[in-house]
Amino acid sequence: MNCRSEVLEVSVEGRQVDEAMLALLHTILLHRSTGKFHYKKEGTYSIGTVGTQDIDCDFIDFTFVRVSSDELDRVIRKAVAEFKDALNITGSDGMGQISLEFYQKKKSRWPFSDECIPWEVWTIKVNVVNLANEQERQICREKVGEKLGEKVINVVEVINRHEYLPKMPTQSEVDNVFDTSLKDVQPYLYKITYQITDSLGTSVSTTMRRLIKDTLAL
Amino acid sequence: MESDLSPQDKKDLDKFIKFFALKTVQVIVQARLGEKICTRSSSSPTGSDWFNLAIKDIPEVTHEAKKALAGQLPGIGRSMCVEISLKTSEGDSMELETWCLEMNEKCDKDIKVSYTVYNRLSLLLKSLLAITRVTPAYKLSRKQGHDYVILYRIYFGEVQLAGLGEGFQTVRVGIVGTPTGTITLSCAYRTNLAFMSTRSPGEEEGGAFAGVEDSQEVCTTSFSTSPPSQMVAPGKEGGVPQVPMQPCHGAQADHGHVSSCPTGDATHHIPATPPSSGEDAEALSRSSEVKSTSPSDPLDATFTRKVGAFVNKPTTQVTTAGLDLPFAAFAPRAYELEENDPMVHPPDSPATSSPLQGSLHSQASSDNGGQTQEDFVMVDFKPAFSKDDLLPMDLGTFYREFQNPPQLASLSIDVSTQSMAEDLDSLPEKLAIYEKNIDEFDAFVDTLQ
Repeated sequence: MNCRSEVLEVSVEGRQVDEAMLALLHTILLHRSTGKFHYKKEGTYSIGTVGTQDIDCDFIDFTFVRVSSDELDRVIRKAVAEFKDALNITGSDGMGQISLEFYQKKKSRWPFSDECIPWEVWTIKVNVVNLANEQERQICREKVGEKLGEKVINVVEVINRHEYLPKMPTQSEVDNVFDTSLKDVQPYLYKITYQITDSLGTSVSTTMRRLIKDTLAL
Repeated sequence: MESDLSPQDKKDLDKFIKFFALKTVQVIVQARLGEKICTRSSSSPTGSDWFNLAIKDIPEVTHEAKKALAGQLPGIGRSMCVEISLKTSEGDSMELETWCLEMNEKCDKDIKVSYTVYNRLSLLLKSLLAITRVTPAYKLSRKQGHDYVILYRIYFGEVQLAGLGEGFQTVRVGIVGTPTGTITLSCAYRTNLAFMSTRSPGEEEGGAFAGVEDSQEVCTTSFSTSPPSQMVAPGKEGGVPQVPMQPCHGAQADHGHVSSCPTGDATHHIPATPPSSGEDAEALSRSSEVKSTSPSDPLDATFTRKVGAFVNKPTTQVTTAGLDLPFAAFAPRAYELEENDPMVHPPDSPATSSPLQGSLHSQASSDNGGQTQEDFVMVDFKPAFSKDDLLPMDLGTFYREFQNPPQLASLSIDVSTQSMAEDLDSLPEKLAIYEKNIDEFDAFVDTLQ
């Protein structure tokens, strides 16, 4: 099975990084979350209800929709804050990317650990620009708002191709497909990673380190 | 493979399509109400939330949708459309977008109705939620209230896109294949946001583009999506009463203000900065015309009151500076006249910083009577963290108004006319006066003890 990979690129000002990332990540997660499953004795299940919330951005002329789950929002905000801090640390170049990967777990026999097989990866490439005055910032607010709108349309386009989605799992398999740790919604299993490009253009790759770690873990 | 649906599947599919159509209308209309939507997730299924999504059902909207459908379902050649239009308090209206739920003949016979189709319809509704916040009409609908309202109309049958003007764009929300056809959901939205109206103040509305007549009729079945406090019950023409235009800061602002240069205007007249909106550009070009052509009509100067340029009497004003008004260009425009005030009559602006400015300038000079406007799209100034409420004085206004405070009177006295010698000469007089009033001063000092 091939993993679908999509890349979105945005150029934002420093203050806008958080909101731009939240907007895009939440838009994707809105489409990749369902209500909580409740399995019944006969092997059927019912699905809970997902609420939605409009979120206005303070630094961008944009409003996005996310699932109504404070828990999920906290997790995403934490990841975005780490990414932003990492961006700030490395020089003033301000380029990096954050990846949202949906995966399935495949149980392996002992002594091998479970495999994580990604089936969809969204990569958001960020370029942070510095602006000189309030006038430019005002224009940037609007431009970034429009750009985010285009990205949302891109996301929706990809999702509506209805390509591979994991099969709905049985009760015993549900944790291999969905993240069941949240109280109110159930997103597909996901992980968020990020990479910062330093000023020399070489990527300080956390992914590389993870690969090595995974290989050693086997 | 069976090519016919089982009766149960057919029944389910019809039910899904019907409720999908109703929920689609709810999502679209609610997204144009002008408020943020928030619904709660619930881990225990209630059984009444279609497509596992918490979408409120506004009864009036459901009623309208059912009325339009009249017992039928969207099918091939029978599309369900939701038309969103804008109507100003002066009666001008304009179609902004048309959302179309259509069906084509491409069938997916193998797809499972009760499972895959249902889940994909749910996904499509989520996409609709996201896309409704992205089209241009969303921002307009969030700011509706004082000067314009957003109306919706549901119709069934053939899609009508003529009222959207030239160059309208289409965005596809998504498609879902079913055994009886493929459901597609898309939105066609206007990109040309310029009103062609050539109204001058006091004149009846006219000169609007051809679509208005038709849409006026069409609008009799429209219902406002504004908060109820501002709207009249449906049934009236367009459902919109004439909202009287008022100066944003209220009549109270008239009294007791310093009659110096209106800071509001001054902010528009900064020559060096390129205008960030068409409104500014126009203000800039008009200011240089005001001197020669406008009648001098001094008012109690406040930073909000403005006199209509090119008209003989002040008309009801809208302070465009104080409003997030997307079609500010055709609101009657007025300027305070302070003949000698350098802030109002700045030196000629530098080389045109935008072609828009240049064309407006030439138009203003040639056209003395009317207020024909060039096309433009207003870009708003919205500072971070400020709430865009009904308050007349929000942070954005405040910032604009006070960006260039007037000169202090004491500093504006021409220094060269008063020499040091004169200053010294006037000192003895002043000292004499102070000595005379020495008791007063002592008493004052005592009160401070």
